[in-house]
Amino acid sequence: MLTRKNYSLAGLCLATVGLHLLTVLADAPFYLTQLTMAAYYGLVIIGLGVLMGYAGQISIGHAGFFAIGGYVSAALTTRNLAPFEASWPVRLLDGLGLLVPGQDVYGAHLLTVSPWAACGCAVTAAAVIALIIGVPVLKLKGHYLAMATLGFGTIIYRILLASPYFGEADGISETPGFTLLPALGSWGPLVISGDVEHRVANFYLAWGVLIVGAWLLLNLIGSRVGRALRSLHSSEEAAEASGVDTARFKLQVFILSAVYAAVAGALLTHFNGGIGPSEASVMKSVRYVALVAVGGMTNLWGALIMGVGLTFLSLRGVFGAFDDAVFGLILIFVMLFAPDGILSLRLKPLLRRMFLGGPS
Amino acid sequence: MSLDLFFQYLFAGITYGAIYAVVAIGFNIIYNATGIINFAQGEFVMLGGMISISLLPFMPLWCAIAAATALTMLIGAAIEMLFIRWLQSPSVLRLIIITIGISILLRESALHIWGESIRSLPYFYGNEITTFSVGSVHISPQVVWVIAASGVMMGGLSLFFKSTPIGREMRACAANRTAALLCGINARNMVTLSFMLSAGIGALAGCVMSPITYTQYDSGTSLAIKGFTVAILGGLGNSMAAVAAGILLGIIEAFSVSVVPLAFQDAISIAILLIILFVKPHGLFGSSEAARLKDF
Repeated sequence: MLTRKNYSLAGLCLATVGLHLLTVLADAPFYLTQLTMAAYYGLVIIGLGVLMGYAGQISIGHAGFFAIGGYVSAALTTRNLAPFEASWPVRLLDGLGLLVPGQDVYGAHLLTVSPWAACGCAVTAAAVIALIIGVPVLKLKGHYLAMATLGFGTIIYRILLASPYFGEADGISETPGFTLLPALGSWGPLVISGDVEHRVANFYLAWGVLIVGAWLLLNLIGSRVGRALRSLHSSEEAAEASGVDTARFKLQVFILSAVYAAVAGALLTHFNGGIGPSEASVMKSVRYVALVAVGGMTNLWGALIMGVGLTFLSLRGVFGAFDDAVFGLILIFVMLFAPDGILSLRLKPLLRRMFLGGPS
Repeated sequence: MSLDLFFQYLFAGITYGAIYAVVAIGFNIIYNATGIINFAQGEFVMLGGMISISLLPFMPLWCAIAAATALTMLIGAAIEMLFIRWLQSPSVLRLIIITIGISILLRESALHIWGESIRSLPYFYGNEITTFSVGSVHISPQVVWVIAASGVMMGGLSLFFKSTPIGREMRACAANRTAALLCGINARNMVTLSFMLSAGIGALAGCVMSPITYTQYDSGTSLAIKGFTVAILGGLGNSMAAVAAGILLGIIEAFSVSVVPLAFQDAISIAILLIILFVKPHGLFGSSEAARLKDF
């Protein structure tokens, strides 16, 4: 198993380079932008996949965590703190060196939080909210859990739509780029932003984040925690009887998947230069669930491949005006005919049965 | 708050509460028959409104409403037959995801058929500004229609379940499916029937409320969440308690407008849902003894 996992990860690295080469050969570098975005969405989907497939908990509110990550980071790096310069929280932040001075287009003095600190705040906020929500929510099962997480997602959506600080229906735009590394010698700075000159670097960065994320989750699944989670999924009573602290494991995985969503949200917001309330909508959450279901609930690689692939097609606009309908159809058909995911379908016996009428 | 304003809010609350109660009863009918929550319940309400609005140019109002209700019932039956009937002992997670998928399909179909425009039926009696006064409180005749229609539906349903043979068979299936099968009741047909019934009352509610609340392709989702809140508040499966819970939620919502901005109104009812789920998942009127036997 260990070697197989490493081979798969190496394969993913090669696939990343291969995708880049393909866009170069096809002379279509603009594909890299959507591939970058798809990789960030893929990060949300593998996080949710571990929660749904291994811990067996459905969440129809993950767009909420994605939006918390994106919005908190965007608001902190964009909203001007200069009018509050004299107040003690702002002075404290300044003393810690977490503020960046700047100028707006009219030359006025701007004071914003640095992207590193903002991203840290965003991910911490998502983790804390996941902890607060998770303790009561994860006691529920089935429909109740689904409705409670759906309710959580809707509340986040409503709050974003109703608060001027988060830009109401317009969302937040003009989010600055996120300088991960300053310029070193002949190397340029590593900046997360949508500018053309950073396109290739951003592509590799996003896929690198995805690969590291997948690597961590694969290690988690293979570890003692992973075995506890799988036992939890098949029978909670049996797991509890064997001494597995089910409530704690569920909560930890819930927080972990929320952190994945928030990291993806924060990074994608800096890449896109903004975020809108539609990122928090119920439809987005349902889409993440659909993508996990298509790939197979207990199949991290399936979720990753289908998630990135279908998101890329959707971002390219292949489904046109039927985007949401396509995801609804996918959801129904996968659940009806292949509840273990598309990749679990054994096509050979199926075809033989269809054409030769042999035993199933 | 003056006394007049108090009564004005109270009536608004009762009107919305009656609608939520009808949606909640739709949830309950299917839950009792199958043990699943139909996440597409709100879409039935939207379909009822939309279809009747489209039929109105060709026939009188009551015909359009009757036809829309009948059509939505057919859609409900078709959904059950296509997507649910032939699954063999599916898991709850699978059923949840399927009904969510159905709700998306219905919503997107509505978007492509009727577009994004907001529509409504005309007022059944008079127009937007027709009111009659009770004391110093002004009430729109449509409010009376909504409350009356909800009352008639609830009365009709309880009569149907208590005294018709089919209603009794449905209750038998809800109480004990295996025993009902042994008595020669076709449990599968009862499930189809429960989807039809629940689609029908949803559609009728959608028609009656359309002049007040308007109908849009995506108006089902928030109704479904509120209907579910009411169903939980009353105790899942308990239709009479759902009426009380519905009116309670309607009144809370109506009065919340005077305290918090309108934009947060939806967030309030969802917060109530979450609190109820955390604190008393068997509902305000349910007993915790019985709840322990159910699967939360």
